[in-house]
Amino acid sequence: MDSEVAAPLIERRYSAQRVTLNVNSHAHELRIEPRVSLLDALREHLGLTGSKKGCDQGACGACTVLVDGRRVLACLTLAFACEGHEVTTIEGLSADGQLHPMQAAFIAHDAFQCGYCTPGQIMSAVALLEEGHADDGEIAEWMSGNICRCAAYPNIRAAIRQVRDAAGGE
Amino acid sequence: MRPLSYARVTDADSAIAMVRDNRDSAFLAGGTTEVDLVRQNVLRPGLLVDINDLPLNHVEDLPGGGLRIGAMARMSDVARVGSVVQRFPVIAQALLLGASAQLRNMASMGGNLCQRVRCSYFRDATSPCNKREPGSGCAAMNGFNRGHAILGTSDKCIATHPSDVAVALVALDAVVHSRGPDGERAIPIDDFFLLPGDTPEREHPLEHGELITAIEVPATPVARQSVYLKFRDRESYEFALVSVAAAARIEDGAVAEVRLALGGVGTKPWRARRAEPSLLGKPATEASFAEAASLELALATPRPLNAFKVTLAQQAIIRALTSLLNGDAR
Repeated sequence: MDSEVAAPLIERRYSAQRVTLNVNSHAHELRIEPRVSLLDALREHLGLTGSKKGCDQGACGACTVLVDGRRVLACLTLAFACEGHEVTTIEGLSADGQLHPMQAAFIAHDAFQCGYCTPGQIMSAVALLEEGHADDGEIAEWMSGNICRCAAYPNIRAAIRQVRDAAGGE
Repeated sequence: MRPLSYARVTDADSAIAMVRDNRDSAFLAGGTTEVDLVRQNVLRPGLLVDINDLPLNHVEDLPGGGLRIGAMARMSDVARVGSVVQRFPVIAQALLLGASAQLRNMASMGGNLCQRVRCSYFRDATSPCNKREPGSGCAAMNGFNRGHAILGTSDKCIATHPSDVAVALVALDAVVHSRGPDGERAIPIDDFFLLPGDTPEREHPLEHGELITAIEVPATPVARQSVYLKFRDRESYEFALVSVAAAARIEDGAVAEVRLALGGVGTKPWRARRAEPSLLGKPATEASFAEAASLELALATPRPLNAFKVTLAQQAIIRALTSLLNGDAR
């Protein structure tokens, strides 16, 4: 990713520092320590609790968000490293009070049980369609970074296929 | 996570100087291993120098058919470069069989080579571990070592090197380019990965402040017929129990050229230097493949929990070479 930010050698000491994060098209200024993950910044400092903390070690996918349109894990990303980049969370998917088609499809297909992994599943699914890996035989592999312990996988795949087909995709 | 300082730099020389001048600092690339291990107190840097803005993310074709992969290129991006897919399918396949889509978007190629082992005793920040605390012992030796290495082990460490793409790169004689306080150098990839021996804490020859800038893959026509096979406990998003990177050219029914490397079984990505020469000139048959595989795995030092890997690795080699022979490699 090329980026336009950061003059050279901006060192942030370990005490709390000011940082600006662009989240869901809004600039947020906050004071946090450099060790704070993007996930904790979103949840604890910005009140955006849609992104979930499952494992906090990059194994479950519940914290999946988009940074500059690419899906990444917010638990393994430092918030400071996102300065100058655009973060999209589950809260930023819907527009004008309308659910994103993927959100609506998850509801229509009952693509969850407990719902804890769902925001991460949906963010990953949205990215998956952008990446063009939504052939029937590809979806499971390209969604494998999102674990669902309720095993709603067949319904998750059905929801993704519906959005793919509605968009006239592959 | 312990408190730390953070700096973001936009040019390699500043990054190198900053890490060199701070004894307890480390480069921060994709962070997929590092942030995890810092949080678990396995790594304890006082300063992370973020190198994600360095202009090292290009993948270039070299004259003559080679490839130069910038150290900050992301796994996902490298896997879809046309010349990688066409000329080095084993690299693209190894990349896409590693981690998950999210992690591949984050993880850099240089960072992939520097990733730390998945040994649970290394990662728990508590158990005896010669890699984490030199001289403290190895809890894996008589512990739960089902996933551990059977090749290249020592009595100090049996942790498996976890990378997939490094296995492909080792098979292709890639070269790691670095820049450090003392200038630039090129390290053949097989020399980049160090066997644990008596110093398992030392995994590669880079000095403090030395940065990987690129990985070069030499022109390798045989790599057009190459494959990466990976066997694991679940179908996706899992480290290898055994993996094989293979490339071969068969002429008149005989093996004319072959590259073979193993993952999931070695303390480093394992080039099959016994099997390769033994195959040359032999009939391209399952019997020859089995003999070569058996010759390579005769080097193994299995333990009760991972002895199954000796058989699995041989079967994997046979299957990889057979799939190349039949032209049904993916």
